[in-house]
Amino acid sequence: MMETVKIAPAKETTTVPVARKKRKWTADHWLATAFLAPSVVLIFLFVYGFIGWTGYVSVSNWNSLVPDWSFAGLKNYQYLFQDFRFQADLRNTIVFTVLFIAVVIVLGQLLAILLDQKLRGESLFRNIFFFPMALSFVVTGVVWQWLFNPSTGVNLFLKPLGLDSKWYTDTTILGGFQWGKIEFGIPLAMIAVMVAAVWQMTGFAVAMYLAGLRAIPDEVREAARMDGATELQLYWKIILPLLRPITVSVIIIMAHISLKIFDLIYAMTGPGANFVTDVPGVYMFETTFRGNYYANGAAIAIVMLLSVAIFIVPYLISSRKGES
Amino acid sequence: MAKQLWARPFLYLLALAMSVFFLLPVYVMIVTSLKPLDEVTLADMWKLPSAVDWSSYATAFEKLAPNFWNSILLVVPATLLSALLGSLNGYVLSKWKFKGADTLFTLILFGMFIPYQSILIPLIQFLREIGLYNTIPGLVFVHVVYGIPITTLMFRNFYAAIPDEMIESAKIDGAGFVRIFRYIMLPLSITGFVVVAIWQFTNIWNEFLFAVTITTSDKQPIMVALQNLSGSQIVQWNVQMAGALLAALPTLFVYIFLGKYFVRGLLAGSVKG
Amino acid sequence: MRKKASAWLALALGVGMALSGCSSNSSSSDDAKQGSQKAGEKLEIFSWWTGAGEEDGLKALIKLFQEKHPDIEVENAAVAGGAGTNAKAVLASRMQGDDPPSTFQVHGGAELNEGWVAAGKMEPLNDLYEQEGWMDKFPEALIDMVSKDGNIYSVPVNIHRGNVLWYNKKVFADNGLQPPKTFDEFFEVADQLKAKGVTPLALGDKEPWTATHLFETVLLGTLGTDNYQKLWNGELSFDAPQVKQAVETFKKMLGYINEDHSSRNWQDAAQLVAEGKAAMYVMGDWAKGYFVNDLKLKVNEDFGYVPTPNTDGKFMVITDTFGLPKGVKNPDDVKKFLALLGSVEGQDAFNPLKGSIPARIDADPSKYDEYGKQTMEDFKNAELAPSLAHGSAAAEGFVTKVNQAINIFVTQKDVNSLIDTLVSAAAELKK
Repeated sequence: MMETVKIAPAKETTTVPVARKKRKWTADHWLATAFLAPSVVLIFLFVYGFIGWTGYVSVSNWNSLVPDWSFAGLKNYQYLFQDFRFQADLRNTIVFTVLFIAVVIVLGQLLAILLDQKLRGESLFRNIFFFPMALSFVVTGVVWQWLFNPSTGVNLFLKPLGLDSKWYTDTTILGGFQWGKIEFGIPLAMIAVMVAAVWQMTGFAVAMYLAGLRAIPDEVREAARMDGATELQLYWKIILPLLRPITVSVIIIMAHISLKIFDLIYAMTGPGANFVTDVPGVYMFETTFRGNYYANGAAIAIVMLLSVAIFIVPYLISSRKGES
Repeated sequence: MAKQLWARPFLYLLALAMSVFFLLPVYVMIVTSLKPLDEVTLADMWKLPSAVDWSSYATAFEKLAPNFWNSILLVVPATLLSALLGSLNGYVLSKWKFKGADTLFTLILFGMFIPYQSILIPLIQFLREIGLYNTIPGLVFVHVVYGIPITTLMFRNFYAAIPDEMIESAKIDGAGFVRIFRYIMLPLSITGFVVVAIWQFTNIWNEFLFAVTITTSDKQPIMVALQNLSGSQIVQWNVQMAGALLAALPTLFVYIFLGKYFVRGLLAGSVKG
Repeated sequence: MRKKASAWLALALGVGMALSGCSSNSSSSDDAKQGSQKAGEKLEIFSWWTGAGEEDGLKALIKLFQEKHPDIEVENAAVAGGAGTNAKAVLASRMQGDDPPSTFQVHGGAELNEGWVAAGKMEPLNDLYEQEGWMDKFPEALIDMVSKDGNIYSVPVNIHRGNVLWYNKKVFADNGLQPPKTFDEFFEVADQLKAKGVTPLALGDKEPWTATHLFETVLLGTLGTDNYQKLWNGELSFDAPQVKQAVETFKKMLGYINEDHSSRNWQDAAQLVAEGKAAMYVMGDWAKGYFVNDLKLKVNEDFGYVPTPNTDGKFMVITDTFGLPKGVKNPDDVKKFLALLGSVEGQDAFNPLKGSIPARIDADPSKYDEYGKQTMEDFKNAELAPSLAHGSAAAEGFVTKVNQAINIFVTQKDVNSLIDTLVSAAAELKK
């Protein structure tokens, strides 16, 4: 049944009759909508419905075990934005997200290309790179906590090389300048956390990029080689650009992990001395379930969501404009 | 002689170096799991055990085994269902675009970012009201719903790479929505399903928050049982590590099994020029 | 508003159910229905005791109960992790949703009184206390701790002591030192140790409560029991000069701790002392369990213990208790369990395994080790003080804020900033 069609990598326009450009709404389109509908309904209820609930709690006075639905306006938000811990959380999340995503993308592509080079033992290496994903964040956090212990961990190997670091016990903020109550800069402690997270999640980026690489037909590579391109040019000018849509997905998926991250931090470092490794996810959990400040916790959640909306949504829109 | 990106020895060196990075923590885990508790201290973390002690594995296995089946009953249906839903959604959103489809997609995607701690209370109230609280189907339901955004994202992007011309010519041949899906999209989706299956299996298997709040004791998946191996005051790290390694085995098995599908030309070869 | 919304949700869910229900295991949905009918008949014991020692104690208690009441089905609904925070999340979801467990573990004192009692979700237990004749079997101060407005709300099952200073005997002997009794002696000893290159005081504040724990022993030692109590009923303000002095002492102590303190939890810090890398350690007496059972050290041979500076004759109480939530379907069964919990037999079954001492003053000392016997004596005779870090002195919201403020203080060491935070947080304290 398969029709053989010529695949062109670039956005080649084929000559077709003009009528085809207009999309007709057919019965099939109705069917399509029907298939999409259940998901939309579920998301509407369980995501947006609950976001509504959370939003309502965040402007209420419910800050103890006794539910108090009276209206509090933006009081909880005001409290948060003047809170040392929350300011530190915002800084830490920004730094962590940027570093984490950048490293995962670069390393993911590098390792995928490496695996694509017809090495012997490819499946062994592939499984080694995938394995960390199989562990839960809690386990990863614990192990890397040990590994980065300044006196007994990897420093034992690094000291002879002249390197030493306080890892996540380091309270230094690189490039710090005063910002509200905190110093804004790169908390060196977050680098340790980033390494652990990269270790855990790069495997997935490798999987996605590898799938992408394997989907590129040999013809594309052959054509480029026949045109006289070197391997480096082939990768740089043709293959990496083809992987760009995958990068969009990787960014979105990794961003949603890094913005919500909780288990890893909780298990690995806790909030950290002077809150250098604290993140909103941890703060929200503690403030809601240990401190019983439900409204504050809800406000943190809403702020997290809004910050996503501000950064990720425009990115999504622009990246899809680029597609079509 | 095919042209090389870099020299072969360099490639192997790089692969080995990265492998060391990836395997170092695993070494510590394995070594710790084979030690008796008094040897498990920060100072000794790199040392090999004085004598291999398998008792941690025995303890961990005994405590985790009852919950293993719960996890299987949870993960397999949840993965299959969310993958199916995701592929249907991705298909619709990439090949049957209607006005507002992109906005709808963005809205679905946005749902991925909600922090689960913040919606625990209304979620549990709801589950209790429909009688799915403390049941595996309830947990399956939750994971399917919250898996929709990410599976939709993956499939939609995957399908966007399949040329529209294929769909168009199939339509000209008289194929409708369902036939196109069954005979064109599905066969081409193998790698897509592999990636989604890897992701969903891993995440649902390792997920803790919903598992611990929605189910209790005998219905709990294995991750909660793993967490319960530790006490609230004193943690026996050797048992924890043994348990963590045991709990990771099924996922690893899935990777090894599905890894066979990362074969070159699976997609490209089926659409020859 | 919420009732209508949930009904609407339930209706609309028919669609979702059709899609996701196809693979449901029909026997487990039957279980769910059965479960909600039988919930009234099962005795669910909710706690975070899931590790070695504490779990053994709980299981022994349950076994004893089942021997006496074979007709009552018991479920051990323990949830681990996060020093009880996971369990608290689950508990909160259930209590807010009006599906309380039969009974749950809670720290005696403010954690319960300013929490679920204030929310109106607990039944008073005065009748039970009368019936079992408990009024003179627990220290009066302890009964006061678990009471609010004249009503008693929970039964204490164990006692841990918070103000204990553990020390490595060999390190002290090698340096010819005696364990300190006062703050001045503490700093003298610390200076000598520091000069010899030994970390004087171990601290593992990866989990912030450990630093708060150290601070509250300094508070108790500086203020004395009466003034310490006054902090919690609002008679003494946090900017009083004695509090400031305590903070200064605490700050000075922080100059003698191990550098990697924020990367170690309390057990990792205890290891420093066991290895002789640190000399002293302030921690509750669950540390003894760790030293003896896990690190295989010997009491009074490898390590010794004294009350923390200036707290001889004072006892920082940390107590786990169980109460009766409102709306439980089988309150009589729960009361039977509570009765066992508060009995000598029950407490002597539980505590030796958990490593704590019984809350009852008439328990059998022969079942306990050397440390236990001595501590039981101290408990009867000392002045009791409620622990802040462990939920007895103040509501959890306040404790959370204190933990945060102390975390910042350990790094920034700004005395005035800490006091300001304590004062403003104290405005929340119920009188």
